[in-house]
Amino acid sequence: MAEQIPLVDYLVLGDDPHLVAHECTNCGARFFDRRNACASCGQDGFTTVDIDTSGEVRAFTIVTFAAPGVPVPYVAAVVDCGGTSVRANLINVDPDPEHVTLGMKVRLATEVIGADAHGTEAVGFGFEPVGS
Amino acid sequence: MASDDLWILGIHMTKFGKHPDQDLVDLATEAVKGALADGGVTMKDMGVIGAGNLMAANAGIGQQVQKQLGQTGIPVFNVANACATGATALRVACMAVKAGETDMGLAFGVEKLSGAGLLSGGSRKEDSDAWTPSGRYGAVAPVDGRIGTEIMPGVFAQIGMEYGHKYGGTSFELFAKIAEKNHSHSTLNPMAAYQKKMTLEEIMGDVMIAYPNTRPMCSANCDGAAAAVVVSGTKLKTLSLEQQKRAVKISASILTTDPWEEACQILPDVNTLTRNAATQAYEQAGVGPADLDLVELHDCFATAELVHYDNLMLCEVGGAVDFFNSGATWRDGTTPVNVSGGLESKGHPIAATGIANVWEVATHLRGEGGNRQIEGAKVGLAHVIGLGSACGVHILEKAAA
Repeated sequence: MAEQIPLVDYLVLGDDPHLVAHECTNCGARFFDRRNACASCGQDGFTTVDIDTSGEVRAFTIVTFAAPGVPVPYVAAVVDCGGTSVRANLINVDPDPEHVTLGMKVRLATEVIGADAHGTEAVGFGFEPVGS
Repeated sequence: MASDDLWILGIHMTKFGKHPDQDLVDLATEAVKGALADGGVTMKDMGVIGAGNLMAANAGIGQQVQKQLGQTGIPVFNVANACATGATALRVACMAVKAGETDMGLAFGVEKLSGAGLLSGGSRKEDSDAWTPSGRYGAVAPVDGRIGTEIMPGVFAQIGMEYGHKYGGTSFELFAKIAEKNHSHSTLNPMAAYQKKMTLEEIMGDVMIAYPNTRPMCSANCDGAAAAVVVSGTKLKTLSLEQQKRAVKISASILTTDPWEEACQILPDVNTLTRNAATQAYEQAGVGPADLDLVELHDCFATAELVHYDNLMLCEVGGAVDFFNSGATWRDGTTPVNVSGGLESKGHPIAATGIANVWEVATHLRGEGGNRQIEGAKVGLAHVIGLGSACGVHILEKAAA
């Protein structure tokens, strides 16, 4: 199997792929990016927490006109994973409003986005409908 | 007019649209000269300039305009605050006058955007030969289109959809009907970039950009400028009766940013900062949403207009769909919204927008709205939002005289 690297550092690969967040030890606010401090309370202590791999689609759009080089159509969404909001594409679903609906139950899924010159695969993530 | 009141003495906007023969300085000077002439004053009367331009924000547009219209040595604040840039420039002039540093200030915003296309996301670069994590997410490749979307039509589509998920009642057709209203309104506005009435079928059948926003449901990139002269109540009393009669009171001038909320760094929260700005503005002005005779709000996309009915408290919490369906926001409704045609048809030359919407409201309060005049308009509100985020709200009132 080719060596793999996650598309972003908050995606943990392995047998049980999942997302992680920086959680403020003072107020509990969660962030996916590298932090200087907490935007909610200003403190700078964080722990790493696992994010639920199942969730519900709270908002979506089907992008059919994108920047050059970005394949369309794709479904962009906000997924509520047990109270933590996650930005992601919806994958393994037909990109049309008949198949993508608000409130839809989804779960995390990974996909290889490509390999670099050394053969290392970059692995991204999205959410797919439960039952697909 | 109390001594610490703020007033708009003169205000002007260029026609929005394609201006291939005018550069940024030409457009800005046209707006500034118009505002000065409208107020019966000159550059020599100005004590401060708030200058707004976003796409060439490092170019010092304020000084460039001074070099054409008068290098009087006064302080210039060049500002950039996304789509709230114009409102921010106006806010700077208001703060300077309110603080007593000067009794008259100038604000302008200018942008050239004709043919600009999508304004964010950018072209996706080729994936690199060796995956190397970079940036604050440790990304090894571009993420726009791979982890959600960065394009504005898609971001604001989700904002409208989120409202629908929370309260129900939204649909592609409902959002398209909002665009139908604004395009209909634009037919009466000669300053609009587009004055084409569009049927619901035409809007829904047009090119889909990011569901549910089709092209005519998106703000129109175009060129334009707008400028305003702000004067203190004390100074206004010393001016002519004609100037006093045409002056429009700035009852509230508010700028907010987005307070932290869960999810606000996932999908921009345009709601909380707008609601906060509106709350502060109504309190400062001593008026309520029911007092408003017209509203110009930031319909950068049809999906955005809906949520701002709620955020500006024009309707009950969760009631934006019913409010729109009641016809309230058409020009003959109880709370006319975007009688100018809004950003979807009047156009959205970013930094000009936050002063052009103030111009629209002021023009109705002066009774100078021509065939699109909202009869008897006494109080109006102008709202803009820039992602990042910043929200400007100004409440204006007709002069008592």
